[in-house]
Amino acid sequence: MTALGELTRPWQAMSYGFLDPSAKREMRRAMLKAVAVPGCQIPYASREVPMARGWGTGGLQVTLTLVNPGSVVKVIDQGADDSVNAVSIRQFVQKVAGARGTWDTQEATILQSRHRIPEEKLREDQILVLQVPNPEPLRPVQPNMSLARQMHADADYGRLWLVLYEQVVRSGRIMQGASYPALVNGRHVMTPSPIPRWDLPKLDMARHLTLLSAGREKRIFAVPPFTRVQPLAFDDIPFRVEDHASLVCHRSGVAGFFMNEIPQPDGSARHELSDSHFGIKAIRRSEGEAVEIGETWYRNGAVT
Amino acid sequence: MSLPSPRPAPQQPPRDLPRLMTTPPILAMTGISRRFGDVVALQDVSATVYPGEVLGIVGESGSGKSTLLRMMNLEDSPDSGDYRLAIPGAAGNLFDLDRYRRRMLCARHVGIVYQNPHLGLLMGHSSSGNVAERLLIAGERRFAVLGGRAREALDASEFPLERIDARPIELSGGMQQRVQLAKAIALEPALLLLDEPTTGLDVSVQALVLDTLKRLQRDRAITMVLVSHDLGVIRTMADRVMVMRRGRVVEEGLADQIFQDPQHPYTQALVHAKL
Amino acid sequence: MTLQTPLPAAPPRAAPPCAASGAPAPALPVIEVEGLAKHFQMHHLGQRLDAFAGIGFTLMPGQFLLLTGPNGAGKSTLLRTLYRSYLPQAGHVWLNTAEGRIDLARAADVDVALLRRREIGFVTQFLIARPRVAAEDLVAEPLRLAGAAAPEALETARAALAEFGVKRELWAAYPSTFSGGEQQKVNLARALILPQRLLLLDEPTASLDAGARAALLRRLAALKAQGVAMIGVFHHPGDVAGLIDAELNLDSRETRDVAQ
Repeated sequence: MTALGELTRPWQAMSYGFLDPSAKREMRRAMLKAVAVPGCQIPYASREVPMARGWGTGGLQVTLTLVNPGSVVKVIDQGADDSVNAVSIRQFVQKVAGARGTWDTQEATILQSRHRIPEEKLREDQILVLQVPNPEPLRPVQPNMSLARQMHADADYGRLWLVLYEQVVRSGRIMQGASYPALVNGRHVMTPSPIPRWDLPKLDMARHLTLLSAGREKRIFAVPPFTRVQPLAFDDIPFRVEDHASLVCHRSGVAGFFMNEIPQPDGSARHELSDSHFGIKAIRRSEGEAVEIGETWYRNGAVT
Repeated sequence: MSLPSPRPAPQQPPRDLPRLMTTPPILAMTGISRRFGDVVALQDVSATVYPGEVLGIVGESGSGKSTLLRMMNLEDSPDSGDYRLAIPGAAGNLFDLDRYRRRMLCARHVGIVYQNPHLGLLMGHSSSGNVAERLLIAGERRFAVLGGRAREALDASEFPLERIDARPIELSGGMQQRVQLAKAIALEPALLLLDEPTTGLDVSVQALVLDTLKRLQRDRAITMVLVSHDLGVIRTMADRVMVMRRGRVVEEGLADQIFQDPQHPYTQALVHAKL
Repeated sequence: MTLQTPLPAAPPRAAPPCAASGAPAPALPVIEVEGLAKHFQMHHLGQRLDAFAGIGFTLMPGQFLLLTGPNGAGKSTLLRTLYRSYLPQAGHVWLNTAEGRIDLARAADVDVALLRRREIGFVTQFLIARPRVAAEDLVAEPLRLAGAAAPEALETARAALAEFGVKRELWAAYPSTFSGGEQQKVNLARALILPQRLLLLDEPTASLDAGARAALLRRLAALKAQGVAMIGVFHHPGDVAGLIDAELNLDSRETRDVAQ
């Protein structure tokens, strides 16, 4: 007669990686669907995690599902590895999964990010997880989400284009800064989360997998490797990234990357690299340390 | 003198099939029937429209005329019936198309002006934007072309160009109809559908909008289907008229014949009520 | 009803076929009417108003048929029935067109609309003025619809307006603002600008001044010489005495009858 103990496992205080296996299985299924239909928003249950909704719970659930003891996890918030939120999430993942944390883009296998994509190119073996506050690019033009889904099904993006058209009519240029809508694989328009326009070309035909997850809105979507991501733009008014090419980081002396603006008391502004660890590596190298800096998406301020 | 007992409504005198008109009809609907529960909205309705002509559909509310027009715009499907348009890429019964293909076909080839501007316009967007949206749906991606063609269409609809950036919600009813019209003609549609386009407007404004429609019809030879309960509007615009009642076509003929020599008792009552 | 049929043979001057429509062999009549009957059924009154019955005649190119009879005899009704503004109850109106023989009594509506543009003209004293269309454009329109180039059509239109005595300064103005007399001249200029195979004239001379009446007669004579067949109702048939080839008398006593 089989003992009950042979069929069951001993009780544990917590599942590996915090989420229970069935939650992870549901996440994996949603992620596979998202990869299969690039840019299409896939619903998922969005479990509770020990963090308030709207603080990165969507990204965290993806990270917790992907992580394994061999993972190396980097978490950034607006490009910084050392902000409170980034540190908390990274420490949490390290604690519940036994994974190693890092600040180095080159070293990481899973990169969870809010609002930025690192400046160093990602590889096939890396996964970028973007936290998404509002996954629906049509929300501003169609508040009714049922109708918005129908519009996605019909590839009915006329109103989205209309918003851009009216921005150009009013202001002479497209005013959309972050969350610039982009057509994925020639089919679905997605919001790439509030990354600056600067980061959007990094997703086009990238080597890495990008997963975008909205915990509060319970939607996940993906840009698989080598997938076309085209920002919506008129033929005669091309898409332009922020004018940061000529800005110089006042700490590292590096130029040609996305900068944070730091207002000065005299009314002027100084700039520093938004990708903070990329800046740290540049400073170390200039001080003579043997630091490996990966290939970057931009060179001399232009996409390579 | 004793009055004769009322006779049954006469059948329309038989007509030959077209012999001289060698151009095929641009629109051909046959055997359209539609019920909403117990209510018969349309019963075996057929309609044919030839290039360049204006077909007027007249009838009281509930006669099925607007339902028929919505089907011409592929917004609704009948229980049975066949619908063909002689435009490139529209093969077979159009009611067999899925929602996406219907939308694309109508966006490119069919323009519509509704009585209620809220149905046809995005009230929160500019007038030029409303027109440009139609072009954007059809795939136009050159900003200069979008702006130019929106302006051109609004101008052709005799919309005051200094108000081109105003939102329709800020405009008068007559101006809103002009924006709808500009949107409808921006892609030079093969077919322009007009659903009570002047109903609810002041009489003077109504005359101006009709005048614009007539000019467009003359200058561009746009094929139109005009639905109205107002015989005056139909008389001003239509070449041929279909009279509908309770979901059926009771009489059909040349506009001057319908107005001068109506055959069906219902048409006679309509015409005499007007005169 | 007195019916003077058959008409006398076509006069020699009527021989040239109509220039406008590449007519078939000149031997063919323009129009052959057989047993045409019209009554009006007024359903709300339960009454039937008989207009005429058993009308038949044949008209060759260049012939002019005058309709006579007292008021209410159905002269205008016959014209409108031939134009298909009224639907006949019985009979045939055979029109020999370039494309073959067409029965106007039964032809499809679109065919009738087409024939009205190409072959059959209708001239009344009433202008259907359209707002914001200049007089010269209104007159040129039939030529434009027939495929003439805009500059030539406009030139012909201006000549026609001058012929009918419309003042030059009115040519580019909107006829909807004109006096009745001036509107009528514009109307005639428009209705007669394009030589059609068959012209129906419904008292076009009524209330015309002498100059315009003379212009109208000159134009009708020119069209007749080109082979245009005409059927007309005139208050004062003396106006067109020189043009008349035959008369058809519609007698009200026999044809008009209110149902008992």
